[in-house]
Amino acid sequence: MVFQRKHILGLEDLTAEEISLILDTAESMKEVSLRDVKKVPALKGVTVVNLFFEPSTRTRSSFEIAEKRLSADVLNFTPTQSSVVKGETLLDTARNLEAMGATVIVIRHSMSGAPWLLARELDSSIINAGDGSHEHPSQALLDLFTVREVKREIQGLKVVIVGDILHSRVARSNIWGFIKLGAEVRLVGPPTMMPQDVEKMDVKVYYNLEETLKGADVVIMLRIQMERQGSGLFPSLREYSRFYGLTRERLKLAKEDVMLMHPGPINRGVELSSEVADDVHSVILDQVSNGISVRMAMLYLVASGGGNA
Amino acid sequence: MKILIKEGHIIDPSEKLNKVGNILIEDGKVKSYPSDTKKLEKGPTIEVIDAQGMVVAPGFIDMHVHLREPGFEHKETIRTGCEAAAAGGFTSVVCMPNTNPVNDNASVTEYILLKARTEGIVNVFPIGAITKGEKGEILAEIGEMWEAGCVGISDDGCPVMNSRVMRHAMEYVKAFGIPVISHAEDIDLSGHGVMNEGFTSTVLGLRGIPNASEEVMVARDITLVELTAAHLHIAHVSTAGAVRLIRDAKKRGVRVTGEATPHHFTLTDRAILNYDTNAKVNPPIRSQKDVDAIREGLKDGTIDVIATDHAPHSEDEKKVEFDLAPFGISGLETALPLSLNLVKEGILTLPELIRKLTFNPAQIVRINRGTLRVGATADVVIFNPDKSITVDRNKFRSKGKNTPFHGWQLSGCVRYTIVGGKVVFSS
Repeated sequence: MVFQRKHILGLEDLTAEEISLILDTAESMKEVSLRDVKKVPALKGVTVVNLFFEPSTRTRSSFEIAEKRLSADVLNFTPTQSSVVKGETLLDTARNLEAMGATVIVIRHSMSGAPWLLARELDSSIINAGDGSHEHPSQALLDLFTVREVKREIQGLKVVIVGDILHSRVARSNIWGFIKLGAEVRLVGPPTMMPQDVEKMDVKVYYNLEETLKGADVVIMLRIQMERQGSGLFPSLREYSRFYGLTRERLKLAKEDVMLMHPGPINRGVELSSEVADDVHSVILDQVSNGISVRMAMLYLVASGGGNA
Repeated sequence: MKILIKEGHIIDPSEKLNKVGNILIEDGKVKSYPSDTKKLEKGPTIEVIDAQGMVVAPGFIDMHVHLREPGFEHKETIRTGCEAAAAGGFTSVVCMPNTNPVNDNASVTEYILLKARTEGIVNVFPIGAITKGEKGEILAEIGEMWEAGCVGISDDGCPVMNSRVMRHAMEYVKAFGIPVISHAEDIDLSGHGVMNEGFTSTVLGLRGIPNASEEVMVARDITLVELTAAHLHIAHVSTAGAVRLIRDAKKRGVRVTGEATPHHFTLTDRAILNYDTNAKVNPPIRSQKDVDAIREGLKDGTIDVIATDHAPHSEDEKKVEFDLAPFGISGLETALPLSLNLVKEGILTLPELIRKLTFNPAQIVRINRGTLRVGATADVVIFNPDKSITVDRNKFRSKGKNTPFHGWQLSGCVRYTIVGGKVVFSS
């Protein structure tokens, strides 16, 4: 199978085969990361811009390392040092970068759909590095990759996603990804943080964490954003933590070999009790290093396939 | 100057006319319905329009447009807005007060009317603001605006959130006999919503505006109009619940009327699946269930009027992130063909449709238009209901090219628009 897409905007529009191809490619890329000289010439001469309109250390660094391992020329562009503060529109900013020779643009934006605007109006390949509450495909792909590495097979797994589903792009991308690869996905969180009609994504919705955790193979904890306090969606972090925080006791309800995942950074004592946070740290670090391989795969497939071959 | 419109299918719901015939226009008025035209045609100063196979109706009245002038001339001007209206078959437009400055006092009303007289090719009837600056706090000088020519009051674009202020507006306006037009929206429930709340907003990760946001305000305003016995008109009805509330209120004899836009009875929120900002509008386009309910409301008379909520914006303003794009659809030049779909689908008869575009809005804003009776001002539209067209936004007269219908194949084409006995548009 050949990857035909020019952009990777989300997991919603990828097929199961395309997702598997990205994961398979990431496996080969992981092998590069284990070498002494962690570099291949796949993207030599290709200029990749990391256009990050939202603060991000983890995702941006991960993309940057991935780009460099593929020998791309990398430009990091963040709005604080740019013309955006002078009122330039997103399209004008991106067109300028394109005029400088960028052919792949990795974009992170606080507003849902921003990568779609670029994909529609520009010639470059667009990789969505997280847009608003919409999608975060590279995070979901690395979650899938990490789970597949441990469990061998996604098909038939019971996957629980806990927390603020309403505002979570990680949740949406993971739902699409796990569902397409045949897992059963359960969502749990306060009803105020459950988006309308989300059941139509073929997931099961729960409000009780204990009940949801029974028999789970994978638990994905979402970060509670501190600024959501006072939004009226939940009374206090204390109460949130009592009902939806993951403790060792609660985790025992899941399967013995449950994988606990978190896109980071963790709020200790809120969504995860401190002792659980320590327990899961190893998987989180695995996720981080797998992130580089997955992003290498995304960059490679987009730059060499579809509209750019 | 005389115009003879020959052998058209004349439909005038105000006169219960629905027959093939001739109309003679003289000195800007409907002069007569001559049965024998041979002698007339030989006259030296007569323009003869062969209307065979075409519908001849009172010029359409759009009781909900945004002409943007003064203040937002990059989006639209009174001149371009009127040209768009004429191209759409509208001979009168009722313009909303959310200009800059807001039309909340007689001097702004007079400015709009002066501009309309000098540059507008169709009739312009302004709506005054309910409150100063549309801030929802202090009543605007409604009496003076009425004297200057305002035909209704509305804070369109913003709701009047304070129920006491709305009550007083309804009471106060009774002295002038004009309607209160409600932009029914609870802004706290809408939050920072940018589209309909439902499965589509969930998938897109966009903030939703629930149906309840409209319905709680429709319910409140119906309650207040029962208290005050004013005339309430609900603008741009978008939800099944709002249709039901208006229907029930009408059954109780409450003086409430309602309008729906072509986009609300045509599109569902799936039009936004590719983040098309040209489909971003407030109230948002909603679900199929709501579309069906609005069509049912049009059919059973719950919804009296089809109005466009013509809301032109510049290209630059719409070519941005979905959250940042302004709400609004440029509607004047697609209204007729989209409305004719209702006839094609058996929801309305052609006379029923024309009534919602002419006589009904004229009654609500109490203007002496929307009729072809002998002696009336000769505002006439002549259109071919069967001619296929392809919507091309680049051909819009309006400065606002923001339509989600670009490229659509529809039928219905305006051939002549006549305002006060003068042809202002022909194709």
